[in-house]
Amino acid sequence: MPQSAIVIDKKDNVATALRQLEEGRSVRVEIGDDAVEVTLLQTIPFGHKFALSDVEPGEPIVKYGEIMGLATKKILKGEHTHVHNVEGPKDRGDKE
Amino acid sequence: MGYRRSNGSVGVRNHVLVFPTVICASAVAQVISNEMPGTICVTHQHGCGHLGDEKEHMIRAMTGFCGNPNVAGVLLVGLGCEMLTPALLGEKLRDAGQRVETITMQAMEGTADAVAKGKELAEKLLKEAEGAQREMADASELMVGAKCGASDTLSGLTANPATGIACDLLVRKGGTAIFTETPEMLGAQHVLVRRAANDEVRERILGITSETESRVKAMGLDIREAEPGPGNIEGGLSTLAEKSLGAIRKGGTSDIVQVVDYAERPSEKGLVIMDGPAHDVVGVTGMIAAGAQVVVFTTGLGTPVGSPIAPVIKVSSNSSIYHRWQDNIDLNAGAILDGEESLESMGERIFNEIIEVASGRSTKAEVLGHCEFAIHTIGPTV
Repeated sequence: MPQSAIVIDKKDNVATALRQLEEGRSVRVEIGDDAVEVTLLQTIPFGHKFALSDVEPGEPIVKYGEIMGLATKKILKGEHTHVHNVEGPKDRGDKE
Repeated sequence: MGYRRSNGSVGVRNHVLVFPTVICASAVAQVISNEMPGTICVTHQHGCGHLGDEKEHMIRAMTGFCGNPNVAGVLLVGLGCEMLTPALLGEKLRDAGQRVETITMQAMEGTADAVAKGKELAEKLLKEAEGAQREMADASELMVGAKCGASDTLSGLTANPATGIACDLLVRKGGTAIFTETPEMLGAQHVLVRRAANDEVRERILGITSETESRVKAMGLDIREAEPGPGNIEGGLSTLAEKSLGAIRKGGTSDIVQVVDYAERPSEKGLVIMDGPAHDVVGVTGMIAAGAQVVVFTTGLGTPVGSPIAPVIKVSSNSSIYHRWQDNIDLNAGAILDGEESLESMGERIFNEIIEVASGRSTKAEVLGHCEFAIHTIGPTV
């Protein structure tokens, strides 16, 4: 069965759409041996991300099991997660 | 299964290489190779006019490449008055345990004489190489380079993570995985330094990434403001960290045991970073000069890249390019999207392919005769 979205690591809180996924659609996302159902709050273009759970402002966005950015506002499960609500981590790793 | 060399290293191919140490010797080297079937020739624009650090850098790249375990013997062809003479490179290669013959044009009676003498030496090297037999060798003797190029949105989601799983498997078996492209590490330093095996590696990771940022700044660009670019954002990438995380994933998730310069041979086994540019052929050549016997190359848009002396296994990120470019691409990580493979099973498939190719199976790039070669330059030619 072709997948609709992919999660790379079990720690991830976002999935990436593998084709355009329409608003209101319920998507089953496989995470390792588990799976989660997500109802999309917006249309998600191919290659774009949506949240697998609610994320509070300032909390990390995790992809590849790593922090790829921080939420700049509250992000709801199923919401498009992109430059309008995510900013890059500011540190380079030497000031932790 | 590989060819055990006298210095203890193991080659997965058994090439006799005809290598001009300077561009001026290119034609003679090429003619010798053309007239001696079984040899391969590489030509390049370097060998003279290198200043300071770049001279050392060029010597390291050329001797590293000619001394790769896949090369049974090398005939160095020089002019005579160049900076990087066959005598200079030959001595370094012999010290490293490589079988070397040399010829210098200015010491010969013209081109025809140089070609005739070169053919005799090549014949000798070919005969010796014929005597080498494949024998059992452990995966721990392998160094595999991982590189991505002509990437697409899916590269970071399928082909790179699957290649990373193969690298993790190799490292767990005691082998070495090496990846490069320092510009594509920017923004993901926090991840790399956390995986640094010691403080020295940590400092080196921060050093090479900040030097790369400085070089970009010197050209009037701030990579942290320029990246991800509008095309990346349209494609769904939100931060520079996300872009780099997708690129570094091809090396896997092991601890990083060493950071080496371009074309420098690692002294440690495990996951190694080589400082270097994102240029496909320059990166592949550099990792082979660092000792990689096999390279895994991921692509989304398709690229034919191969190497004259090392098999390059191509892994596509999507099924469409795999089906259109079947003559070029060995494995299809797009099968993950089609639901035919999991990331883990694809990673195992890539690992198994590495072992098969190391044991003698030809890659598509080898069948097609792709033999691209380019060395990173770090200074102006004078």
